[in-house]
Amino acid sequence: MEDVICTFCGSVCDDGEFDLEKKKIKKFCKLGSSKFAEKQRIKAPMIDGKEVSYEEAIDKAVEILVNAKKPLLYGWASTANEAIRFGVLLAEKLGGVYDQCASVCHAPGTLAVIEEGLPGATLGSIKNRADVVIFWGSNPAEAHPRHGLRYSISAKGLLVKDRKQRKVIVVDVRPTKTAKMADVFIQIKPGFDYAIISALRAIISGSADVVPNEVGGVLKERLVELADIMKKAKYGVIFYGLGVTQSRGRDRNIENAIKLIQLLNRTTRWVIWPMRGHYNVVGAGEVPAWEVGYQYAIDFSRGYARFSPAEFSAVEVLKRRDCDAALIIASDPVAHFPMSAVKHLKQIPVIQIDPYPNMTTLLAKIVIPSAVYGIEAEGTAYRMDCIPLRVKKIIDTNYWTDEKILEEILKRVEKLKG
Amino acid sequence: MIVVELISGRTLDQGATVEEKLSEEYFNAVNYIELSEEDFGQLAVKEGERVKVITEFGEVVVFAKRSDLPKGLAFIPMGPYANAVIDPSTDGTGMPQFKGVKARVEKTEEKVKTVKELLEAI
Repeated sequence: MEDVICTFCGSVCDDGEFDLEKKKIKKFCKLGSSKFAEKQRIKAPMIDGKEVSYEEAIDKAVEILVNAKKPLLYGWASTANEAIRFGVLLAEKLGGVYDQCASVCHAPGTLAVIEEGLPGATLGSIKNRADVVIFWGSNPAEAHPRHGLRYSISAKGLLVKDRKQRKVIVVDVRPTKTAKMADVFIQIKPGFDYAIISALRAIISGSADVVPNEVGGVLKERLVELADIMKKAKYGVIFYGLGVTQSRGRDRNIENAIKLIQLLNRTTRWVIWPMRGHYNVVGAGEVPAWEVGYQYAIDFSRGYARFSPAEFSAVEVLKRRDCDAALIIASDPVAHFPMSAVKHLKQIPVIQIDPYPNMTTLLAKIVIPSAVYGIEAEGTAYRMDCIPLRVKKIIDTNYWTDEKILEEILKRVEKLKG
Repeated sequence: MIVVELISGRTLDQGATVEEKLSEEYFNAVNYIELSEEDFGQLAVKEGERVKVITEFGEVVVFAKRSDLPKGLAFIPMGPYANAVIDPSTDGTGMPQFKGVKARVEKTEEKVKTVKELLEAI
């Protein structure tokens, strides 16, 4: 089968070839190949480790959710929009909290966008036009391996035809694999992104005299050179990664970077975009945004949607022990949350919906296995640049889809709650 | 004993095994710390020997790996080992500080816990 769409990272490559006989994918990277490789699955629905039917597991899950005062519904980055929609409706019906993986990934960027807006572009536009590409705290060689080939480093564009016509710059705290592919590598001290962006803003706005000789481990003359490259670009892009959102400054780093882009746009064309991780983490934010107005950290306990990451992000809710049950879908917070948040997950009933066993499975009371979107089920996902793609079903399965499982849960919750 | 600034992040191997978290491959993809040549030398450990990473938020035993990081910087792939020692405070953003935590690293004879043992210890 041709034009198979990958449901691993935010690049959502759409040019795979799947050999139905050998069950092997061609063209994809190591991450995409691992996605399509056969691996250990959760065999059947389980309650307390004992195998049960889907119906029994769903009934028990509904009982836990309906009896909870404030359940946390978390995950959503590796499932389809159709399933996420039911998740948001379920969180509202239950008076619970909806939060998604971006809250420990790119959500600080969302806070910055609320303040400043997002001068962005599609990956197609960037491929065709960008003559200067900056990866800031982002390492696509390991996190989005084909991004460079398809859109940003060696991509063949309409106006910028190849690697020679494109200048690639990496700003990072360490010499990453991506840094080794760049024309310019600027190594900075950890936690100094904000200061360096401020220095670039000062230089570009004509106040280079206020910039000290060294900022965040970078000599002023190198920053002046970088500012000059940025000003002379016909069309530039900053792709930023978790190096910026997960270190000191978090959302303020992105806010400052957007201000830098606004400044550059007075004289030339620049855009900025986050290197989103999971294949549909954009959907995990966009779907609740259409439904209730916010992207993450949404509390429905008062009967209407309230947004406050300081209170309603999953990590804060768990650290405060402010939920008495959790539904975890398409995610593994036990592996990816700090210990002080995982502690509370060990104390409350956890319902897990996922195709694969992971660390959350080890503590889940109810485990409901599901079909893999893009392999066993079709659905809609947003690529990192918000382009919706219809991911395909390429093989049959007996596993239920996340959409069907959640629709069943919602129906029963509505019946009980009225 | 050395003092480093610890960051966590993605690697290709961590990504390729992320849907097989209970496998040996995932364990091997996330259970180490990368250190600079100088820091590695100062600790007097050999490649693959165990070190204990201690921060104000927790401690974890991992394998030591030499890398081309600048002196004073250390890296643990994102996952349960890194999360045992990173800063859980979010400063109101919902985002813990996964990168940029002061850590002490010392040689140890203690064993590296499996992911199951890590969870049991919480």
